[in-house]
Amino acid sequence: MTGDRTLSAYVHVPYCRVRCGYCDFNTYTATELRGAKQADFVDHVGAEIELARSELTAHSDTRQLSTVFFGGGTPTLLPVTDLVTTVSNLQSAFGFAEGAEVTVEANPDSVDAHYLRALADGGITRVSFGVQSAVPSVLAVLDRTHNPDRVPEVVQAAREAGLAVSVDLIYGSPGESLDDWRASLELVASLGVDHVSAYSLIVEDGTALERKIRRGELPEPDENLQAQMYELADASFEAMGLSWYELSNWSRSERTRSRHNLAYWRNQDWWGFGAGAHSHLGARRWWNVKHPAAYAQRVMAGESPAADGEEPTVDETYLEDVLLGTRLIEGFPISRLRPDARAEVAQLIADGLVNGKAALDGRIVLTLPGRLVADAVVRRLT
Amino acid sequence: MSPRAHKPLQPASTAPEQIRNFCIIAHIDHGKSTLADRMLQITGIVDDRSMRAQYLDRMDIERERGITIKSQAVRMPWEIDGKTYALNMIDTPGHVDFTYEVSRSLAACEGAILLVDAAQGIEAQTLANLYLAMENDLTIIPVLNKIDLPAADPEKYALELAELIGGKPEDVLRVSGKTGIGVPELLDLVVEKIPAPQGNANAPARAMIFDSVYDAYRGVITYVRVIDGKLNPRQRIQMMSTKAAHELIEIGVSSPEPVPSEGLGVGEVGYLITGVKDVRQSKVGDTVTDSVKPATQALEGYTDPKAMVFSGLYPIDGSDYPVLREALDKLKLSDASLNYEPETSVALGFGFRCGFLGLLHLEIITERLEREFGLDLIATAPSVPYEVTTEDRKTVTVTNPSEYPGGKINSVREPLVKASILAPKDYVGAIMELCQSRRGNLLGMDYFGTDRVEMKYEIPLGEIVFDFFDHLKSRTQGYASLDYEDAGDQEADLVKVDIMLQGETVDAFSAIVHREKAYAYGVLMTERLKKLIPRQQFEVPIQAAIGARIIARETISAIRKDVLAKCYGGDITRKRKLLEKQKEGKKRMKMVGRVEVPQEAFIAALQGDDEVKKK
Repeated sequence: MTGDRTLSAYVHVPYCRVRCGYCDFNTYTATELRGAKQADFVDHVGAEIELARSELTAHSDTRQLSTVFFGGGTPTLLPVTDLVTTVSNLQSAFGFAEGAEVTVEANPDSVDAHYLRALADGGITRVSFGVQSAVPSVLAVLDRTHNPDRVPEVVQAAREAGLAVSVDLIYGSPGESLDDWRASLELVASLGVDHVSAYSLIVEDGTALERKIRRGELPEPDENLQAQMYELADASFEAMGLSWYELSNWSRSERTRSRHNLAYWRNQDWWGFGAGAHSHLGARRWWNVKHPAAYAQRVMAGESPAADGEEPTVDETYLEDVLLGTRLIEGFPISRLRPDARAEVAQLIADGLVNGKAALDGRIVLTLPGRLVADAVVRRLT
Repeated sequence: MSPRAHKPLQPASTAPEQIRNFCIIAHIDHGKSTLADRMLQITGIVDDRSMRAQYLDRMDIERERGITIKSQAVRMPWEIDGKTYALNMIDTPGHVDFTYEVSRSLAACEGAILLVDAAQGIEAQTLANLYLAMENDLTIIPVLNKIDLPAADPEKYALELAELIGGKPEDVLRVSGKTGIGVPELLDLVVEKIPAPQGNANAPARAMIFDSVYDAYRGVITYVRVIDGKLNPRQRIQMMSTKAAHELIEIGVSSPEPVPSEGLGVGEVGYLITGVKDVRQSKVGDTVTDSVKPATQALEGYTDPKAMVFSGLYPIDGSDYPVLREALDKLKLSDASLNYEPETSVALGFGFRCGFLGLLHLEIITERLEREFGLDLIATAPSVPYEVTTEDRKTVTVTNPSEYPGGKINSVREPLVKASILAPKDYVGAIMELCQSRRGNLLGMDYFGTDRVEMKYEIPLGEIVFDFFDHLKSRTQGYASLDYEDAGDQEADLVKVDIMLQGETVDAFSAIVHREKAYAYGVLMTERLKKLIPRQQFEVPIQAAIGARIIARETISAIRKDVLAKCYGGDITRKRKLLEKQKEGKKRMKMVGRVEVPQEAFIAALQGDDEVKKK
């Protein structure tokens, strides 16, 4: 039933010291938790791990975890022992596959050499630093409180602890200039990391940032500038020896790619633990209740924390396959395109959005201009 | 209050001298319908309880807009000094678009009540209809309405009316349709002043059709005024213009509900039902006669209604096209002046090219289609009929810019109208400026009373069908009123301007304009479309051209970025739903060549908006 799909685990840590203005993820500051204590995190997630283990066992699913990812929120707000205990809970429930990748997202401000060493000792293999920008004024617009000067130090400490290191960047913030962005890219170059993710800022409805832009307090992100920034980033990363393997991800080699993210793009299976986490198992997707208090109540009562779910239809699955597959360097097999979409391929090549050579080899692989309009390409192929 | 008539006269046996046929000439909101309601009540033919406001205006649109589109005739009894009379009130449409219908209604009367709002004074349309009434030798009874209003200034406007039609200001009757004050006196005046109809009772029957309406249950109901002879139940009648013969299934009078009668005699007004389903079989202005002993001479004044304004009507949802066709087929049954034929547009899909009497007619039909048939419609910019002569001396009538001949044009003739604009004199400058910018030619100015002026212009119809009235209203704070009538045609230096997206002509935006305005139109449309059309994956030039010559150009730069960076924490569902939504939006796009244009952009551009309205 599971075919040759791998199984991953995502653990959502829904806490933040302050909420960033651009963020619409499921996170809560201490005052918003309404009695769901941060200190009980390990127990709550532990309860869901037990639920997951018995459900998978009931379906004779004996797969071990290939990857684990702690995201947030700010996972490193937790005492390091909480993360380590959760890793060990996951390991004893499912087992880890050979060379399993275990990543923790980290705020450069909330970790030090000691913390990073403890992570490595506790089975974590990889850390992803939320650097976002090297420019204080840009960080201020994003409500990020960390001091960019600390970044080289923590990256170095992580390396010394034996952790693989990735950095996350955000570009195209209101007011950010091309020179600001260049400064962030130079910082990344100086770090010599093996992996980088660069995301263009998306102004989401309902965020403080969106309100500020609506009120005219901040300029709207300029899409032309964001496109230029993407092109600049791609060129800079290439110069650093990192090549793109997913729209927003660059890596030094195949080995250093984020295997956890690849599991999403390749539509593998994963169980999402924690408040608001999304899961995908076989034909089914579901997501947990959002608020940590509601989540805690469910799992501690031995009930499933799922809020809702869906089994995508054939059409929906096709759309998902195309949108996920085309984001990757390996592309999407033309043989799996629908007949009317195949007729569109030649025009996409002519428009310079799809790599002609790869198409002759039977795959839809986006060119650089194509990556910038990937959603439009997907709409034309579905 | 005068006594109500105790013994109403029987139709078909009423002597002409006991009949009075009259109509009410009034501007849209000067209270004609309210006055008519009071008359129905005071004469007792509608009891006080079943009275509803504006009883005679049957269509919802009429009642809501407070205007009368379809006229109707009502027979009311009235008694003076022990003698009973039958008063036939013929309700006329009040707008310029229906001048022909008005003229036929007037021709059915011997007199007219000139009804003017005592707070506003006479308006241009009323003036136009008053001229028509005087040309038909109708006896005019001047009346000021709404004297109960605090803003009423009867002294001022009585003077104005007296100046206009001759006579003394004291002779101007003052009434309130709302309260009923003065209405019985008015009915007395109708009997006293308006002459009785005259005709030859022994001659072959001749009756003039002044209105025909379609009724879903009874078919076409034809309203007539008998001139000579008599019409009887079960008689076989003939329409003199078409020679078509029908049997009378029913004949009668409206009182105000239909009441069958033993027939209609000289001077009488009533309705005929033949079972015919299409109003085109019963044309306004036509003469009804006996089919066995027909009259030799038809009554004068019949003409076919001529469409003067053309527009493409398109359903916003393409799948509504069959509904639109059915709806037009139905409306045609009740509106002889509506004509249409199928048309396709690159930008708008399948629709109909429709001909209308004027702008209000267009507006009313569009509104009825939307309201009565639940359609969502877009109308292309109105156009007028041009006579285009090509170099090889062929002349074609062009009602749609897309029919404009290519190649060398020898001459173009455009319809002209004589426009009458009535406004307070402070606005003369603003009106002159507007009319000059629309190639208007001032024919003369007349002052009314102390502060109002009538300006007469000769102006191309094409210049006023677009947004002239809106501009006129906004430049005069709503005080100006407009009326126009056909004034022939003239040769003009006109060109067709095409608007192109990536070299493809967008038919809905082609326009026939004066050469001096071609550039301005080109710039306006290219700029507007640049704002409205979303960026594509490639650069899109928007050009305005006269033939092969480009006169204006804008460029929509290519979209550089159309991708969501992240699917956080594996929330694929959200991203898929977003894409599904975008795809749904794409389905509603119209393709012009390879350019995807949201239909809302076309609609907004046609409506003159610079932004697509948020849903």
